[in-house]
Amino acid sequence: MATEDLRDTLVAAPGLTSVEAERALTDPGSLAPVPLTGGTGGAGGALDSSVRRIRREHLSLLLHSPTFIVGGVILLFWIVCAVFASHFAPYNPLAQNLLNINTAPSAAHWFGTDALGEDVFSRVLVGAHSILIVAPLATLVGTVAGAAIGLVMGYFGGWIDNIFGRLVDAVLSLPVQITAFIFIVALGPSSLTLILVIGFVFALIIARTVRTAVLQERELDYVAAAKLRDEGALHIMFVEILPNVIAPIVVEFTVRLGYAIFAIATLSFLGFGIQPPTPDWGADIANTYQYLAAGYWWETLFPAIAVASLIVAVNLIGDSMEAVFVQ
Amino acid sequence: MGRYLLKRLLLAVITLIILSVIIFFAGQVLPGNPGRAILGPFAAQSAVNALNHTLGVDRPLVAQYWTWFTGLLHGHMGTSYQFHAPVSSFLYPALGHSLKLALLAFIIVVPLSILGGVIAALNQGRAVDRIISVTGLSLSTMPEFVSGIVLIVIFAIGLKVLPYPANAPGGASIVTQVRYLLLPVIPLVFVLFGYIARMARAGTIEALASDYVRTATLKGLPRRTVIRRHVLRNSLLPTITVIATQTGYLIGGLVVVETLFNYPGLGRLIYTAAQDKDFPMLEAGVLVIGIVYLTATLLADVLYTVLNPRIRLGGAE
Repeated sequence: MATEDLRDTLVAAPGLTSVEAERALTDPGSLAPVPLTGGTGGAGGALDSSVRRIRREHLSLLLHSPTFIVGGVILLFWIVCAVFASHFAPYNPLAQNLLNINTAPSAAHWFGTDALGEDVFSRVLVGAHSILIVAPLATLVGTVAGAAIGLVMGYFGGWIDNIFGRLVDAVLSLPVQITAFIFIVALGPSSLTLILVIGFVFALIIARTVRTAVLQERELDYVAAAKLRDEGALHIMFVEILPNVIAPIVVEFTVRLGYAIFAIATLSFLGFGIQPPTPDWGADIANTYQYLAAGYWWETLFPAIAVASLIVAVNLIGDSMEAVFVQ
Repeated sequence: MGRYLLKRLLLAVITLIILSVIIFFAGQVLPGNPGRAILGPFAAQSAVNALNHTLGVDRPLVAQYWTWFTGLLHGHMGTSYQFHAPVSSFLYPALGHSLKLALLAFIIVVPLSILGGVIAALNQGRAVDRIISVTGLSLSTMPEFVSGIVLIVIFAIGLKVLPYPANAPGGASIVTQVRYLLLPVIPLVFVLFGYIARMARAGTIEALASDYVRTATLKGLPRRTVIRRHVLRNSLLPTITVIATQTGYLIGGLVVVETLFNYPGLGRLIYTAAQDKDFPMLEAGVLVIGIVYLTATLLADVLYTVLNPRIRLGGAE
């Protein structure tokens, strides 16, 4: 039975990262809570101080890991750009100059200019803004909604679990891009649509993970005790069980964040996110790639490299965190 | 085994029906007025009403769904709003183009990634393993349009060795066609490589650590024989499942790659249908993708069952 359940999880979660998938197959128990903070529940004073010590050790391990530092520096650079780039970018990213279109990289325009004469370098710097806002928000929406759905599915079980499970299967049998098409037709392209699409799909994936964790918690004594005390279902789910499944939820959030950047960059490339003229890496690539055949490669290549660097940074950080926390 | 497969088949059919309901209602209810969408904001209300009546979209939704669903069972997918022609006359050629692309991607990636994963596992912890694992992971996290653009800039614009865009001239030989498809296929291969290689690596490492491999080694079998007869057979089992489930991902990747390379496949067809609010086309296309995905996972189940004696002989659970 374990194998079937396991494959169910893998089959219906195309968004499952390879790391999770591998871990799931080699160690079926691993989709259950991973004790991140050295144990949850029933903590006394002694445990508190040891938890703090472990946290400090983790932090110093992280700060000595080269992958974490490299990833952190790149991410920090893009965060600074997202917040302040409009102040230090060499040109106004929206300033068109029709006398100076499609010029190759030069001393004046490091990354060249695009078909409207806008400075590509400035657009790349300022373009960090949208994805660094949309990706964490979408992941947060997905995590919160997914945790709630997963708690309900796992706690109640039975027909609620069955109906939700079938719905999740049906939606997850479509690639994110296709699900997004349906949303886009309904809601029109915007950052909000992106957040809702990604949040929706992530919620379903995260709900599965949380459900599995809750199924195990449900059988434990503290839940039985709460039931005997005549606590309501809502109280048991969110006050008793939630704190004990918070670890896998946090892990899910960090893993999903990298995937969100992948998905959001892709969807903005398909025209589902921020609309021009606002600078955005995916949208800028969508608007310039048709000039690739004409040889104006700089307009497309530099935003593409920006996307790549952000994804590499997030993955380096995620990798080093996993190496430190999940030994 | 028969009962187990029957159960899986039944579940797949139920999932598909739920999917058709979701697609239909999302496509029909949310955007409001198809007649208005087709005729534009300046058409007379009477014309819009007349068109809505002809399209049958002024009837109750459940009746509409039933007409659509029974039509599907008879092979009628409806008429495209955009081209005023049967959806199927666009869907099938596009599906064919996409299958060509997907097939080429699998032909390249499956042997390559299994080989990579097994080599990494046999050298676990050494430099070769690190290089294969890290490269695979980095490549699989790169969106297809990012790697696609870098490849176009290098191979089509810089070195001028591969053609871009991906439309081979009509009646081209297979070699020419493959040459045209190479650039769009590589980004798909990149993403798939990481996933499959990781599974192959994990499966191989698990098999290497097992008792039966230790027994085989201790009874003096040559390492080569141990690997071929005992390790590979067991390690490739989970890999097969992963390959099949990656079809779902692959279709999503096709949307991006077909758009970037201006290739007339199913992904681009659905993409333009979504942009032009061509609901019959969108609904049919999305449903076809759902069918392809569920068939692939079902196929994976069958393969897994056939290859895994524990399920084959042990019954359903």
